[in-house]
Parts: sequence; structure tokens; C-alpha cells
Amino acid sequence: MTTRVGVVTFPGSLDDRDAQRAVRLAGAEPVALWHRDKDLHQVDAVVLPGGFSYGDYLRCGAISRFSPVMDTIIEQAKLGMPVLGICNGFQVLCESHLLPGALTRNDSLHFICRDQKLRIENAETAWTRDYSAGQEITVPLKNGEGRFVADERVLDALEAEGRIVARYLDVNPNGSYRDIAGITNAAGNVVGLMPHPEHAVEELTGPTTEGLGFFTSVLKQLVNA
Amino acid sequence: MARVVVDVMLKPEILDPQGQAVQRALPRLGFTGIADVRQGKRFELELEGPVDDAALARIREAAETFLANTVIEDFTVRIEEDGK
Repeated sequence: MTTRVGVVTFPGSLDDRDAQRAVRLAGAEPVALWHRDKDLHQVDAVVLPGGFSYGDYLRCGAISRFSPVMDTIIEQAKLGMPVLGICNGFQVLCESHLLPGALTRNDSLHFICRDQKLRIENAETAWTRDYSAGQEITVPLKNGEGRFVADERVLDALEAEGRIVARYLDVNPNGSYRDIAGITNAAGNVVGLMPHPEHAVEELTGPTTEGLGFFTSVLKQLVNA
Repeated sequence: MARVVVDVMLKPEILDPQGQAVQRALPRLGFTGIADVRQGKRFELELEGPVDDAALARIREAAETFLANTVIEDFTVRIEEDGK
């Protein structure tokens, strides 16, 4: 049986096609999900892609979080379904309170677009088990509001519980607290990531192919489940 | 028609780079003596019915769940009287 990974398209999503492509290259079947459709069409996992859903109106991810498809995704995520939020998807996960903290305007006020080096800190989540802890990867990063903030108590808890999935190396591009590029929930099935692994899955178009591991990880997780 | 205003501001401990950029620009334009600037959002809600306790409670709920992200923002709700 082929593993089915849903990719949600919100009005204003940009990277849904690239995420679908990454899912296919990883060996799973991508399934397009529509924001107004509550039905997840029997997918085994979901990717919330990057972009500017609802034009980033109100706050990034704030309106998408209340879309019909998110009701089902939030419910299923709480039951253990793997969910990866990339960039705007990470913002949606924070607005949904599936992940703590919030993503705010970059401290430089500039939109940053660069190939970013990361260190994988937690290689035990549903989306990172094909990496090893401490592994360094380079994937594209592109955001205007990617600065992860949370209060000290939450940051200390994330550190203590090993819930920081990836940190920025060399340069902190947006002023994220404690160089945080990605975090996970306590169960390890929900991961939010500001950089874009789906843009680093093919040599022709990516700086590396080191982003593919996120998508092969979830496949392995689901096959072994 | 009754109007309720919801003001949303970043919490004091959250860096406001937009406010900082505005503050830095002010002296260049000759507006001196401004020590700090914080930028927020103002929502004007026109109600169909009267502003009673029930309506205000619903607006507070909307502000709490939707208009503000209480992880990073505080909000206030106030009634704006006619003619003001």
C-alpha cells in the first residue's frame, strides 16, 4: 500500500506543488487537500506548505488556522497523525496552538532569502528520523516573519524536553530566540520548520538534496507503524 | 450603530522592530523627543444590535481567539460613543 501524504492548499499557498514533488521523490503518494474541504481523503500524514495564506492578513497563519481543513487536521494531529508545517505552515501550527510560541517580524525587518545551514537537534520526530542528531544540512530559507519567540519558561521547557528540532548555524537570519529554526510537540508527530526542505530535494533546483530526509522520515515512520 | 474598538498591542517583552524603525525615522524628520514607539492594530467593530454585556463578552472572545494572538499580544476592548 502506498503511503498517502496530504498537502494543503490555502488561498495564497506557494510551495504546495514543491511539497507534493518532495513527497513523490521520497516515495509516497502526494494528495492535494483543499482548505475548504474538511475531508482528509485517507491521508496518513499532512504537510502545511509555505506561502502567504490569506495574504498574511491579520497575522501570518491566523485566518488559515480557522479553515475547515484545519479542524480535521488539528483533531487528527492530537491523535498522532504526523503533520509538518513549513514556513507559513509553521505559523499556522503556532496559531493553532499545536505548537507553542509565535513567529514574528524578522528583527532586521528584511525579507531574507538564502541557503541556510541548520543543525538537526532532534532526530527522533516523525519527520527527522532519517537524520542523525547533530547532523548539519543546508536548505533554502525565505521569510519575512520567521523570528520564533516564546517566553523563557516555554523556551526552557523546549530545550529540556528535546523539542527543538533544528537550529540555525553560522547566521541567525531572523533573530529567532535561541537560534530556533524548528520545534516539535511533545509526542514528536507535529513539527514546524521555518526553512524549506522541500526546495532541497533535487540537484537541479536545490542547493543540496539534504531536505529530502524530512519526507523519507515520515514514510519510514508510517511503514513501521 | 454601536461601535466597539479592539486595540491589539505586542506585549512589552516582545521586540517590535517596526516600532523601532519608526522611532529611528522620527528624528530625521525633525520630530525629536520621542523616546519609544510601539506599533499596534486597531479594529473597529460595528454592531448590528446594542452593546450589552453579552455582545461585549462575545467580542472579548473574538479578540482572545482571533483578533489577537495572546502568546505575543495584549488587547483591550472599549465602546466608542456616538459623535466621538
